Amino acid sequence: MKLDIILAGVGGQGILTVAAIIGEACMNEGLMIKQAEVHGMSQRGGDVQSNLRISDSHIYSDLISKGGADVIISLEPMEALRYLPWLNPETGWIITSSARFVNIPTYPSDEALEAAYKDQPRVVSLDVEKLAKENGIPRSANMILLGAAQEALGIEYSKLEDAIRRLFARKGDEIVEANLKALAIGRDEARK
Amino acid sequence: MKKLLLGDEAIALGAINAGLSGVYAYPGTPSTEVTEFIQGNPVARERGIHSRWSTNEKTAMEAALGMSYMGKRAMVCMKHVGLNVCMDPFVNSAMTGVGGGVVVLVADDPTMHSSQDEQDSRYLGSFAMVPVLEPRDQQQAYDMMAYAFELSEKRSLPVLMRVTTRMAHSRAVVEVAETAAPQNELNYKSQAKDWVLLPVNARRKNDILVGLQPSLEADGEAWNKLTVKDSKLGIITSGVGWNYVMEAFGGDCPHSVLHITHYPLPHAAIAQLCENSETILIVEEGQPFIEEKIQGMLPQNQWKVIGKLNGGYLPRTGELSPDCVREAFRRIDAEAAGVEYKPVPEVAKPEAVVARPPALCQGCGHRSVYEALNLVLQEYENPRVFGDIGCYTLGFLPPFRALHSCVDMGASITMAKGAADAGQFPSIAVIGDSTFTHSGMTGLLDAINENANITVIISDNLTTAMTGGQDSAGTSKYEAICTGLGADPAHVRVVVPLPQNMEAITATIREEIAYEGVSVIIPRRECLQTLKRHKKK
Repeated sequence: MKLDIILAGVGGQGILTVAAIIGEACMNEGLMIKQAEVHGMSQRGGDVQSNLRISDSHIYSDLISKGGADVIISLEPMEALRYLPWLNPETGWIITSSARFVNIPTYPSDEALEAAYKDQPRVVSLDVEKLAKENGIPRSANMILLGAAQEALGIEYSKLEDAIRRLFARKGDEIVEANLKALAIGRDEARK
Repeated sequence: MKKLLLGDEAIALGAINAGLSGVYAYPGTPSTEVTEFIQGNPVARERGIHSRWSTNEKTAMEAALGMSYMGKRAMVCMKHVGLNVCMDPFVNSAMTGVGGGVVVLVADDPTMHSSQDEQDSRYLGSFAMVPVLEPRDQQQAYDMMAYAFELSEKRSLPVLMRVTTRMAHSRAVVEVAETAAPQNELNYKSQAKDWVLLPVNARRKNDILVGLQPSLEADGEAWNKLTVKDSKLGIITSGVGWNYVMEAFGGDCPHSVLHITHYPLPHAAIAQLCENSETILIVEEGQPFIEEKIQGMLPQNQWKVIGKLNGGYLPRTGELSPDCVREAFRRIDAEAAGVEYKPVPEVAKPEAVVARPPALCQGCGHRSVYEALNLVLQEYENPRVFGDIGCYTLGFLPPFRALHSCVDMGASITMAKGAADAGQFPSIAVIGDSTFTHSGMTGLLDAINENANITVIISDNLTTAMTGGQDSAGTSKYEAICTGLGADPAHVRVVVPLPQNMEAITATIREEIAYEGVSVIIPRRECLQTLKRHKKK
């Protein structure tokens, strides 16, 4: 068993929380994990990514090889495309938020972004921020995205739920419930 | 017990479990999380392990030496350029030797993810003639920490542990001990004749240090692993380089491999590898430290040494990747088979993807400072603004384009002074609060003593923001520090950097530029990131 995931977004969006939930779910199953993170300057509104590698045997490299990622999970549509060189061109999935984060004057036009996505065969794109707001859980957009990625990840849904319960427990029941609700919304929306 | 730990956290826990009594550090990416982990660790709190931030790496290194002098184990943590700041006590600590074990943890940053150069700390460890350890992964980093302290005490030398960003900032499952080993007791074994580096003592100690070198090499024998295979290719690798070699072969490398985790370099093992190989490939993260040394050891007509320097098999700059190491092997295979080498084709990034550089947060006080400064400086023909290291270095980028230099911690003030000495007006320094206490105060004293015509802006956000909001050594003391150094209190001015205060800020800047002499302007408003955190509490 081997699962290589690239998590992408803009500094401050919360990709490391998504990584932490997946990591917690897999560690609890006794799997090996390596998760390379970006700290420091880029966290100030720049592009950030994390390489999350999961396996039932020893993992040597902290980094995923180009063409080796099974899934890209991105909280921003242009950021997902930044890591295409790393995605497995035959089987890889892109699970992305469609909500654009425009903090640069050179951000591509809607047409250019749509054209780039047209070539991609396996994409789940959801406006997770809108869904989060509509459902009264504005701070849980990242967990909606994780729910949408569940099938592509091939991790049992209940394992992700358990991981959310464990990791958010100290923040109180309300926050646990909001995140579980978000996970379910993401799963259901991705199936539509 | 299994834990999911960052490399930095594995190092920190390894040190606590090895009986650490104090960590001394100044924040610096990618080393910051070592000290932060110790600050938050219950055992460390219970034991009263020192973990408060130091003013800079030099004060940190010296305090650690003081703790070691009294027999206790101490660790100093820094990023690679921090080692430059504490080079004086670091090199001389190899001369004095240590009492309790001292581990100097240095995290290098190849690719410069968050740094201004790519220097490789192994050169500086070798320069100081101390043992250097280079763990390849989080587990080994944890395991090596107890050994590092033992080695330091056995040889009475500080031990440099070198890691790089990739390991420091990557999480892995680490098997750790349930309990921490006891700490050393205070003792009075340290001798003045060892610690007073007058020439008469220093010459004797230098002979001892040089004489120790063969023993230090022998210490590494248990750690530097040689695996001989029936192949013409031999590989010497170190640190995370080993991970990428193993990744390329799915863990089963068909070539001989010497994996170095313990320096000085093991001459006997290198000779043994060479006996069985015709070509030697060096795979190391950072600068070509091993490659240069090996080239000096081996006659090139007998062995072909390849890597970053010779043949360009691996990139000379930037961190290694599984891709570049795999391609080096594909090229070697193609050349051995006499066929043309073609890199594996890569999927291109779509044109729609553009760069997204980091930026100052919306509403950040530094923004108001640069807006005001730019407004005022329009009135001058050739203003020069000397910058410094921190979030506010981003003032170089659009929309501000406000900085003309950023060299090292504290250089803003001294460069502004030198420029003023050369005849520049207006000559402005922009420095953050934490950077000012780290290395700016002494430069300000120089400027004041000569009444240099400069304007120093200490942009005070009450924290060390760039590295994630650590306490800043001088908080609430800046006016007192500046006037204490001799600045005229009438020209030490505080403003609040908010957009609605633009008129007051620009007026203050205008007046202080006009003042002939040293003036200090302190725009003060809390960092938005720490403010958010404080509100949550």
